[in-house]
Amino acid sequence: MSGTVEFERHDAEAVNSAKLRQPLYAARKKIFPKRANGSFRNFKWLVMAITLGIYYLTPWIRWDRGPHAPDQAVLVDIANRRFYFFFIEIWPQEFFLVAGLLVMAGLGLFLITSTVGRAWCGYTCPQTVWVDLFLVVERAIEGDRNARIRLDQAPWTARKIALRTAKHAIWIAIAVATGGAWIFYFSDAPYLVMDFVTGQAAPVAYMTVAVLTATTYVFGGLMREQVCTYMCPWPRIQAAMLDEHSLTVTYNDWRGEPRTRGAKKAAAAGVAAGDCVDCNACVVVCPMGIDIRDGQQLECITCALCIDACNGVMDKLGRERGLISYTTLADYNSNMALATGDGAHEIRPSLVRDAAGRMSDAVSHFHLRKLFRPRTFIYFGGWALVGLLLIYGLVSRDRLEMNVLHDRNPQYVVLSDGSIRNGYTVKLLNKIPEERTVTVSLGELPGATMNVVGLDHEEGSAITVTLEPDRARSLKVYVRQPREDAKSPGKAQRLVFHVEDKSSLDSADYVTSFETPE
Amino acid sequence: MSHKEIDEISGVATTGHEWDGIRELDNPMPRWWLWTFYATIVWALVYTIAYPAWPLVSSATSGMLGWSSRADLRTELTAAEAAKGDYVAAIEKASVEEILADDTLRQFAISAGSAAFKVNCVQCHGSGAAGSPGYPNLNDDEWLWGGAPEDIRTTIAHGIRFAGDEDTRISEMPAYGDILSREETGDVVKHVVALSSGGDLTGPGAEVFANNCAACHGEAGKGGAEFGAPDLTDAIWLYGSSPAEITAQVRQPRHGVMPAWQARLGETTVKELTVYVHSLGGGR
Repeated sequence: MSGTVEFERHDAEAVNSAKLRQPLYAARKKIFPKRANGSFRNFKWLVMAITLGIYYLTPWIRWDRGPHAPDQAVLVDIANRRFYFFFIEIWPQEFFLVAGLLVMAGLGLFLITSTVGRAWCGYTCPQTVWVDLFLVVERAIEGDRNARIRLDQAPWTARKIALRTAKHAIWIAIAVATGGAWIFYFSDAPYLVMDFVTGQAAPVAYMTVAVLTATTYVFGGLMREQVCTYMCPWPRIQAAMLDEHSLTVTYNDWRGEPRTRGAKKAAAAGVAAGDCVDCNACVVVCPMGIDIRDGQQLECITCALCIDACNGVMDKLGRERGLISYTTLADYNSNMALATGDGAHEIRPSLVRDAAGRMSDAVSHFHLRKLFRPRTFIYFGGWALVGLLLIYGLVSRDRLEMNVLHDRNPQYVVLSDGSIRNGYTVKLLNKIPEERTVTVSLGELPGATMNVVGLDHEEGSAITVTLEPDRARSLKVYVRQPREDAKSPGKAQRLVFHVEDKSSLDSADYVTSFETPE
Repeated sequence: MSHKEIDEISGVATTGHEWDGIRELDNPMPRWWLWTFYATIVWALVYTIAYPAWPLVSSATSGMLGWSSRADLRTELTAAEAAKGDYVAAIEKASVEEILADDTLRQFAISAGSAAFKVNCVQCHGSGAAGSPGYPNLNDDEWLWGGAPEDIRTTIAHGIRFAGDEDTRISEMPAYGDILSREETGDVVKHVVALSSGGDLTGPGAEVFANNCAACHGEAGKGGAEFGAPDLTDAIWLYGSSPAEITAQVRQPRHGVMPAWQARLGETTVKELTVYVHSLGGGR
């Protein structure tokens, strides 16, 4: 046989080869944010301390309301349908006050976003705060960025197992504390904590803690930036909230480009060099794993840690701070036009500097005045208006209320002496945590007298009843009018119930009708 | 087997369906989806074995757990009965007056009585107990057979002119169409109208009334609960207040019948009904 075999070699590639196949699922690339130092980092520590402090400690603040109401300053008492907030007590029918607060929160978010961009995302969002807290734990146990990367790539040794176990254990402890703090807003905290540890709390308390523990641990420890990038709608909405005068974290490429790693060499070679030395300090501190020098992007939560990192490098190099800074798009565009000759050429760093090498006076900087523009006035105006309405609603609301329901069947009853009787259900709401005695009286209906079922009193036009503290009382009231007093038979007459607390001067009226036969 | 068509752009097989040049890709399911799907199949099988599911000829499989909606209902009903038990026992022992005096018992009896009323009584007395011609309004303060708690209880328990109960309340007004002349009837009707509306009581009807009617309705026409004789001086008329309606009632009286409820509903329910009716506003 000859050594050559004839076969055809095809010039083809499998259309469905593993190489070409794209996975439907993008695996997460791990991020190891380096600790940043600077004024924004310090500000974030402060915000973190305040927000976590508010969240964990608020349920433990006591507030004396007397013997008939709980002494917890902030309490959502769902079982008894009351909401307590320091000196304010809200009944379910006053829930519009809470709705108003939510409207204020919404408008406030618009206001903040239109002025200082995604400050909510960068500083106060629970996701940001808790991820920051979890990163503190991670750094304390595993070290800063480089140590963490090394550890992550290292084989599973006893040390790695120990470190990882410790980290996750502390994370879970924080998560349990987070879920645990939540339930204290809904029940008396000191009692609940005892019940909780002795296993006597309601099942819903344990379930709530379990769910919140799981979400805190998973979102804060495992998913982190993916929550912001994939799950949260706000990064999408905020695009509509920002305008050219909103502050966003910006890489000022008009002074940074062309970036170079060897400024001296470039100068010697006569090549223009910007301020960016391509040290990647801004990249390694970013908790979102982005490069701010790529421009504004959906992932950026404007935590400003890259500003801190870059400022540190600029200080070392003896250059002006602010290569990465909070800048408005308008300022950026104007400076960009300056550096590129209105787009006529590439960025020339010399154009933004004066002869002495300092920033030219032609460079635009942010000024507080730019916060005041029609849009922010409208947001602030709406926010303030809702706030004033809420304060008015809170101050003017009744602490003694009355609702009257006319009997529908029968609408009236003729009595043997020819007088006419109508039945009413009168609900008296005593909204203060003290017992009080009130007088209910009839008005506008000539000759009307009343009789309350189950109450020992003489038939008359006024009665006195005692209301329990912070409770509603329902009375069945029969009102009677002699036939000769009925002005126009067959027509409904006006009847006014009036309730008055003589000691506090609280009073309320309810206008209803009195039906008569033809 | 037909030849698999592969989409050029995505490299994924198509289903072979084509509409106006658009072909449907036949992407494989994600694994998590498939596993969820298999899990639901297993779950469904286990479920149909554990619970009643498969239809047979005359019934269905009863399931290994022995669950049934009837048993559930029975349990709930038993629990509801048990929850009421204390109250019912207390009502059974107490008199109507005692129930009325006790806040908790009265509330319970009114609720229970209201429910019983809606099933048994509304057909005649109306859902608001306001009655209609021939059927008394139970909200007012006029009581043919008495408005004290015990009177009301007796009326409900034994009925009125009810053939099936020995202790039923009985009264019958004679048909005066056979006894009185036309004029006498006219006179007495005028007198009765005057009794109610405060008119002249010295007419010829006064004598007719004294001779024929006062025996039951009383000299002054105030009636009497012991005979179930209506008070003719008040503003309430069972069969209407016009002279024509009164004439008709004098000549050929109609008599309503109310069934006795004790045998049917039991003593406790009758007490609850009594408390409810008494609470409507006219009880004495």
